Amino acid sequence: MTVSSVGAVTTTLLLVGVFLAIMLNLNQITQEVEKDVEIKVLLDRTVEEDSEINRVEEEIDSIADVGSIEFSPKEEELERLIESMGDEGKAFELFDQSNPLKDAFVVKPANASNTMAIADDIQGIEGVSEVNYGREIVQRLLQFNDYARTIGLALIVALVLTAVFLISNTIKITIIARKKEIGIMKLVGATNGFIRWPFFIEGMLLGILGSIIPIAAVVSGYYYLYYNLGDKIQFEFIQLLPFDPFAWQLSLLILGIGVVIGIWGSVMSVRKFLKV
Amino acid sequence: MIEMQSVYKTYPNGVTALNGIDVHIEQGEFVYVVGPSGAGKSTFTRLMFREEKPTKGTVLVNGVNLSSLKERKIPKLRRQIGVVYQDFRLLPRLSVYENIAFALEVIEESPKNIKKRVMEVLDQVRLKNKARFIPDELSGGEQQRVSIARAIVNHPKLLIADEPTGNLDPDTSWEIMSILEEINAAGTTVVMATHSKDIVDKMRKRVIAIEDGLVARDEHRGEYGYEA
Ligand SMILES: Nc1ncnc2c1ncn2[C@@H]1O[C@H](COP(=O)(O)OP(=O)(O)O)[C@@H](O)[C@H]1O
Ligand SMILES: [Mg+2]
Repeated sequence: MTVSSVGAVTTTLLLVGVFLAIMLNLNQITQEVEKDVEIKVLLDRTVEEDSEINRVEEEIDSIADVGSIEFSPKEEELERLIESMGDEGKAFELFDQSNPLKDAFVVKPANASNTMAIADDIQGIEGVSEVNYGREIVQRLLQFNDYARTIGLALIVALVLTAVFLISNTIKITIIARKKEIGIMKLVGATNGFIRWPFFIEGMLLGILGSIIPIAAVVSGYYYLYYNLGDKIQFEFIQLLPFDPFAWQLSLLILGIGVVIGIWGSVMSVRKFLKV
Repeated sequence: MIEMQSVYKTYPNGVTALNGIDVHIEQGEFVYVVGPSGAGKSTFTRLMFREEKPTKGTVLVNGVNLSSLKERKIPKLRRQIGVVYQDFRLLPRLSVYENIAFALEVIEESPKNIKKRVMEVLDQVRLKNKARFIPDELSGGEQQRVSIARAIVNHPKLLIADEPTGNLDPDTSWEIMSILEEINAAGTTVVMATHSKDIVDKMRKRVIAIEDGLVARDEHRGEYGYEA
């Protein structure tokens, strides 16, 4: 075990830890937002017959990524509107007989980041008069999260692979000195597993040692962010994951990744020398 | 015990070390392998414990066909064969005791049995008093005795020695030879590649001479046959 291999693990885990903290929070925020995303489909007044309403429903249903559909007759729509307006809404009760609203479907997308596309498709269905969904900014956020997730995952994978490569190389240098020893072990009939075992342990220790600084940094960083800056950056729907238990889960994750990286790199470094 | 049928060995670099070897060795024999440098003696012995694989032909050891032996079965084979080299091949950081015990640890022998058996072989090679020494603190002859002790600690049926006295002075060489003879007398087959005319001519055992990758001579109670 060398300073440079511990350093490689530490650096990787620091970056991985920060990425993970950002990604998981972003994910959480998005999920909150996604829950509220719905498309309101208003029907033409001419669509009155049950069979017509059913046809529109089926057409909506056949669009890819549509999650759930709920029919909301105009009477219900009016009630909701009146409720939402409180006292002022009383005035609308006059409309009871000549309801100015339209029958509607409330559509929930299975994947919220496709809302725009789904809405466009619904717009094209005959008998649909109007399609409304959340503000465009919400869509932007959702799409941004999709990109962020993909890029973040790719970065984490790349980091992990780089670390494994670095570790296996630094260890390989020390192993070249042990090449003869490994040869002797094989000579007396040691199995590959038997020879690999110490390297497995070493890799595990490497992972544990390499996680100490990243865990300390990420936990204290998140603590500061959550308790001191929290009020400034948290809005209605932007809520950071609670420090407890998130910080601890993240620590475990970092430790786990560290151990995997350490063992992987370490065991990989012996592989070549086992082929005797 | 050992059966080779038209065995060829060409190394990846294109050098052909063995060119059609046919040899049969019985359980309990003592066999010297002689011949000029580069003739293929080491390659011949390395085929017997699957350190090398024949390019063509069959190598049977104890009824096991080494040409088709699965990679993961090699450790088991090696545990039944003792190997001794000119350069001893001891683990430098381990004591004499630990070096020998290592060959038993890999087969997961119980600590109690390990201790008993290691002391036995240390007695056999007359090194009981140096059990705690590390290889660097021993003379060449003593190191070779440790490597012999390690080779026989598993009770192998076959002991292969590639120039075991190559680095030793004549007196020390004779010590080693008397230990190898004792091992052979107890029933272990011994195959020993050597350049020592003295030893071969005095011991008068079976001699297989290899020249240019072929068996040039195979005599019982043979002689070295080359200038020293
Ligand atoms: N691992 C190897 N790779 C390539 N060539 C080898 C290897 N080992 C031996 N040789 C070649 O094979 C030939 C026989 O070598 P070896 O069996 O060591 O002979 P000896 O032990 O009789 O001196 C020599 O030409 C040697 O250079
Ligand atoms: Mg040789």
